[in-house]
Amino acid sequence: MKTRASRPDTAPVAIQLTGVSKHFGPVKANRSIDLSVRQGSIHGLLGENGAGKSTLMKILFGMMRPDAGRIEIGGEDVTLRSVADALAHGIGMVQQHFSLIGKLTVAENLILGRANSGFAARWLQKLDLESAGRRAEELSERLGFGIDPFARCDTLSVGARQKVEILKALWGGATTLVLDEPTAALSPPDAEELYALLKTLQQDGTTIVLISHKLPEIMRLCDRVTVLRDGAVVGEAEIPRAYNAPAEKQALEAQLVRLMIGRNRPEVPSRSSHIWPTVLSVRNLSDGERFGPIDLDVCGGEILAVVGVEGNGQGQLIELLMGLKKAASGSITLEEANITRKTTLQRFQCGMAHIPEDRHGLAVADRMSVIDNASIAFVDGAPFAPTPFWLSRQKRARFAAGVIRRYRVRAASVEAPVTSLSGGNQQKLVVGRELARAPRLMIAAQPTRGLDIGSAAAVHEALIGLRDRGGAVLLLSLDLTEVFSIADRIVVFRQGRIVGETSTADADLDRIGSWMSGIDEETQK
Amino acid sequence: MSSLLTISLVISALHLALPILMPMLGGLISERSGVLNIGLEGMMLIGAFSAVLVTYFTGDPWLGLIGALASGVFSGSALALMTVTLRGDQVVSCAAINLIGAGLTAALIPVIWGVDGLTPSVEKIPVVRVPLLADLPNVGRLFSSLSLVDYACFALVFLVWWVMFRTDAGLRIRACGESAESADAAGIAVVRTRFFAVVASGVFGALGGAYLSIVTLDMFQASMTQGRGFLALAALVFGKWRVWPGALACIAFGFADAIALRAQILWRDIPHELLIALPYVLALLALATFVGRASGPADAGKPFKRA
Amino acid sequence: MTRDAMTAPPSIKKAATGKRQVRMDPEVMADALANDTRQPNGEFVPRLVARFHTMSGSVGGQVLTFMLTIAAALVASVPLIWLAGSDFWLTTTAFFGGALGSGPAIAETLVQMIPLLIAGLAVAVAFHASLFNIGVEGQLLFGGLVAGVVGASLDIPPALLMIVCLLAGMIGGALFALIPALLKAYRGAHEVVTTIMMNFVAVAVAEFAVAPTGPFVAADQPSATDRVPEGAQLPIIWEGTRLHAGLLVALAAVAIATWVLYRTPAGFRLRLMGANQNAARASGISIERQTIIALLASGALGGLAGAVQVLGLYGRFYAGFSPGYGFDAIAVALLGALSPIGVVAASFFFAVLHAGSVPLQAIAGISREFVGVVSGLVVAFVAAQPAVMRLVSNMRQKVVDDTLPNDPPEPQYMSEIATSPEEPS
Repeated sequence: MKTRASRPDTAPVAIQLTGVSKHFGPVKANRSIDLSVRQGSIHGLLGENGAGKSTLMKILFGMMRPDAGRIEIGGEDVTLRSVADALAHGIGMVQQHFSLIGKLTVAENLILGRANSGFAARWLQKLDLESAGRRAEELSERLGFGIDPFARCDTLSVGARQKVEILKALWGGATTLVLDEPTAALSPPDAEELYALLKTLQQDGTTIVLISHKLPEIMRLCDRVTVLRDGAVVGEAEIPRAYNAPAEKQALEAQLVRLMIGRNRPEVPSRSSHIWPTVLSVRNLSDGERFGPIDLDVCGGEILAVVGVEGNGQGQLIELLMGLKKAASGSITLEEANITRKTTLQRFQCGMAHIPEDRHGLAVADRMSVIDNASIAFVDGAPFAPTPFWLSRQKRARFAAGVIRRYRVRAASVEAPVTSLSGGNQQKLVVGRELARAPRLMIAAQPTRGLDIGSAAAVHEALIGLRDRGGAVLLLSLDLTEVFSIADRIVVFRQGRIVGETSTADADLDRIGSWMSGIDEETQK
Repeated sequence: MSSLLTISLVISALHLALPILMPMLGGLISERSGVLNIGLEGMMLIGAFSAVLVTYFTGDPWLGLIGALASGVFSGSALALMTVTLRGDQVVSCAAINLIGAGLTAALIPVIWGVDGLTPSVEKIPVVRVPLLADLPNVGRLFSSLSLVDYACFALVFLVWWVMFRTDAGLRIRACGESAESADAAGIAVVRTRFFAVVASGVFGALGGAYLSIVTLDMFQASMTQGRGFLALAALVFGKWRVWPGALACIAFGFADAIALRAQILWRDIPHELLIALPYVLALLALATFVGRASGPADAGKPFKRA
Repeated sequence: MTRDAMTAPPSIKKAATGKRQVRMDPEVMADALANDTRQPNGEFVPRLVARFHTMSGSVGGQVLTFMLTIAAALVASVPLIWLAGSDFWLTTTAFFGGALGSGPAIAETLVQMIPLLIAGLAVAVAFHASLFNIGVEGQLLFGGLVAGVVGASLDIPPALLMIVCLLAGMIGGALFALIPALLKAYRGAHEVVTTIMMNFVAVAVAEFAVAPTGPFVAADQPSATDRVPEGAQLPIIWEGTRLHAGLLVALAAVAIATWVLYRTPAGFRLRLMGANQNAARASGISIERQTIIALLASGALGGLAGAVQVLGLYGRFYAGFSPGYGFDAIAVALLGALSPIGVVAASFFFAVLHAGSVPLQAIAGISREFVGVVSGLVVAFVAAQPAVMRLVSNMRQKVVDDTLPNDPPEPQYMSEIATSPEEPS
C-alpha cells in the first residue's frame, strides 16, 4: 500500500521541537517539550483540554514565542517571529475555531495576507480575485470537492467552511499541515470526508500534525502519536496499521487513555432510576425564521440531551426557552404554567435555571467579585433585599460562601474578582448559583466545555444530583461522549428541527450520526 | 424657494460638507480597522490650529496645510499609542484627545498671539478658476470658487474607496476590523495595521480641520469645529461604514447647514439660535428613524491581544 | 424506567407562579438568611485580617494611582507654563495661593468643586452602566435653564420653591438625556454621538430662551432669566464668602449615589449591566430598561448640577454660566475611578485647578483654558492606566515565577508495546 511505503521510520524528520517551554503567568502551558515529526507522516498530538497541545502548535505557527526551546524545520534551525514566518517555512494551520472572516468571500479569505507584492502594488493595484478564484477551484477539485470561491463565508455549511480552512492552510504551498481539533464541530459523516481528505493529502506527500482529544480519530489516522498532559510529554507510541490480535489494540488504547488523563477511564454514572411527570412541555415552537416548529417534552428525573452539529438551532432553542428571543408561534409550558409570554426574570422565578454556553460572554462578569457573581442568580435581589432600598451585603456574602462550600469551589476570598478563580472553579460557581434557584428545569449548554476532568466530573455530578432529586435537565452538548455518559434520552437537531429521538440505552452512534448530517432524509427521498 | 436653491447654495453646501466628509473618511478607515475613533473632533481642532499657526509664521498657506497634516500624524499616533499599543479603552482615549485638542488650542492662542479666543487672519488657500468651465452660465461660478484643496478632497474620496475596497491593503485593514484574531492567524500584523489606520484617520481629521481654518475661513477660533467630528461619525453610521453612502450623508449635512444659514437671512422671524441646531437635530432624527440597528465592523472597539 | 404519574418528591417545590415569592434552594437559603452572626469556623480574627488586607490593598492601590495620575498630568503640563514664558516659582505660588492660600480662597475652591462634583457623579453613574454620557454639559445647561425659569415664574413659598426648582432642574436634565437613552436602547445609536448632538441642541435652546427676543429673557439683564426670589436661593453657609448650601446638596448626592450603587438591587443590576451586558441579559435584566434608567439618572444629576449653580451662585440663569463643567466632569469621574468617594477627591483636585487658574491668568498670564488640557491629560493617563498596571503585575509575576519548580514529569516511551507489525497483503 502506498501509505505504508511513504512512511518508513527512516523518513527524514520534517519538524523537530526541542525543549520548548511556555508559560502564562503562573500557568506552565508547555514544559520542555520534545517532539519530532517525520516527513509524510500523520502525527497525532493527544491530550485532554488544557494539556498544552494548542499552545505548542501556536508556537510552531509563529503565533506565540516560546520562553525557551529550539525549533527545527527540515533540519534547519528557525526562529518564528510571526505567522508570516511560519507560512514562509511551509507550515499551514487549521485553527480549532474557524478563522475565516464571515463577511468576506472565500477567495478574499484565501488571499488574505498572502500577497507579497511591493508597496505601491499593495496599495493601488486592483486585487486579482478572479485568478484567485480559478486557483481555488482547481485546488479544491484536485482534493476532491467543489467550492464556490465567490460565496460569502458566512453562507457556507460547517463542513464546507472546514474545507476552505484547509484550502487556506495549503494556499501558500504548505508542506506541513497542522490541524487543531478539526472534527470538533463536524458531524460524523463530515468528519469521515475530512479523514479521507487527510489521507489524500498524505499520499501527496504532505506532513500532517493532528491535534485531538478523540482517541478513535488518532488510532485510525495517525502513524505515530505523542501524548501530552499538564503541558509535558508523557508518552509516545507508534500506531500499527494492523494488529496481531484485537487485544493488542485495546491494550494500546487503554495505555494511551491512562497516559492522557493520568488514571483509568472514569466510570459511567448510573442512569435515572425513576421518571416523574413532565416538567417542560414545548408545543409547535418556532422563531419565525430558521427554527422550528418543534415539540419537546422533558420529564422530572430525566436528563434530555440535545445534540446536533453546532449552529443547527441549539442557540435559538435556548434563547426561546429563556425568553431572550420572542417566539413567533407555539407554547412553552413549565409544570402547567404557560410561560410563553413571560420575561426571562419571570421564567427564572417559575423554576428555570440556565448554565450558559459561553462562560465569559454570558455567565460571569469578569470585573465583579465572587459575591456579585454568585448574586447574579437573584438580580431582583429577592432573598437579600427586604425592600428595594436595601440589599444586604452580609447575606449575599454568606450565600456566596455557601455556594463555594457546597460545590467545592476553590476561591481565596469571596471579595476577590471572579477572574482570580480558575475556569473550572468559575464554572462550578455558575453551576452552584444556578442550582440555588431550586430549579425544576435546568438548561445546561455545554457545561463542561474546556474544563479539566475534575471540574467536569463535579459539574456532571451536580446535574445528576438534580435529576435524582426529581428535577429535569436539558443538556445541550457537542460532545457525544458526555451525552452518552450522563443523558437518559437524546434528541437530534438539524436545521432547527428535531430529526431524531432515542433513549441512550438503545442509542446507536451511526444512526445519530446520520440524523445529524441529514443522510437519513436524503436516502428517504 | 427659488432664491434658496441657487448655485451659491450648492457652493456653500460643498464648503460645509467637506469638513465633515474628510473626518468621515478618517473615521471609516479607523473603524474598519477595528478602532472606534470618537476623537476626530479633537484631531480636527489641532489640525485647524496647526494650519493657522504655520501659515501665520511662514505666510504660505500650503505650508500651513502640510503643518496640519503633520499634526494629524502626531495626534493620530498619540491615539494609536493609547488604543492599539497600550490597549487602553478606545472611547476614553478618544475623550482624552478631544479634551486636549480643545484645551490646548484654546490655551495656546493667548500664549502665541496675546489675544483670547480668536487668531488674527492669515493667508487663505487661493481659489482657482478652471479656464473653460468657469465661463459656463450659472454652473460656471462653481468652477471659480473652489480651490485645489477642494478638488483634492474629491479625489481623496475616490482614493479611499479604491484602497479600502479594491486593493490588498484595504482587504487587510478590513480583516483586522472584522476579526482581529482571524487576521492574525492569516499572518497580518494586526497591531501595525491598526496603528497605521488610526494615524491615517488623524491625517484626515486634521485635513478637515485645516479646511475650516485656511480654506473656508482665514483664522482659528476656539472650538471652531462645532461638533463636525461627531457629525462625521453620525454620517459614518448612516452610510453603514461605506464610502459613497457616507459621503452622501455628509453632503446632506452640508446642505442642511447651508439652508440653515440662508434661512437666517431670508426669514428673519425664525430665531437663528434654533436654526444653528438644525444639522444636529437632523442627525438625531436620522438616527431615530434609521431602519434597523446599525452594525459596524464586528471587532471595532475591542483591543487586540494574542491569547 | 417507568413514567408513572407519581407526585414529585417533597423537597422540590411546585413551580412558583406568584411574583413576590422567593424561589431558592431551601438549604442554601437557610445558610444565607440565618440570623446567626457567629462566624462559621470561629476564626474571626484571621478573617478580619484577611478582609482588611484585601480592602486596604485595593484602597491603597486606588489612592496610589490617583496620586500618580495627578502627578503625571501636572508634570506633563509644565511645558505649557514654560511656553507661556512665566517664572515657575511665581506661577506655583500664584496658583496655590489662589486655590488654598486663605480661608476665602478655600471657600472659592469649594464653590468651584460643587458643580464638578455633581456633574462628575453624573458621568460616573453612566459609566457604571458602561455608558459614556458625554452630554452632561447639555443636561447641565438645560437643567439650569429649567430651574431658572421655574424659579423666576412660580409663585409659591420660597422654601418650597427651592425644592421645586432643584427637582425641576433634575427633571430637565433627565429629559435631555431621554432622547439619547431611547436612541441607544431601541436603535443602538452610540450614546457618545447622540449626547454630543444634544449638547449643541442645548446650547442653541439656552441661547434662544434668553435671546433679546427670547421667551424667558429678563427685562434688566441680557442673556439671563429673571432673578429667583432671595428666599428660594441656596443659602450661604460660610459668611463672607460665596460658599453656598449646594455643597451639602452635592455631598447628599454622593451619599445617595453610593447607597444606590452598592446597597440596592437596582444598583446591582446597573453595575452588572455595565460589567457584562450579555450576562445581565441572560440573567433576566432588561438591557433597554437599564440603559434608559442609567442615562436618566445620569441626566438628572447633570441637571441638578446646573440647578445648584443657578440657585446657589448666580440666583438666575445665564446663557453662558458653564465654562465646560460637563466636560471636566468626564475627567473627574475617570480620575475618581468611578467611585463616588473618589469623585469627591477628584472634583476637589479640579476645583483647585479652576480656582488657582484665576490668579494664574492675572499674574502669570496663563490662559484658564489650560485646565482643559490638564483634564485631557488626566483622562489620557487613566486610559493608559491598565497598560501600566499590566506592566507592574507582569514584573511581579516574573518574580513569583522564578520561584516555581520547573520539572516536567518523566516521559514514558511505549515502543515495547507498540511494535510495527507486518502489513497484511
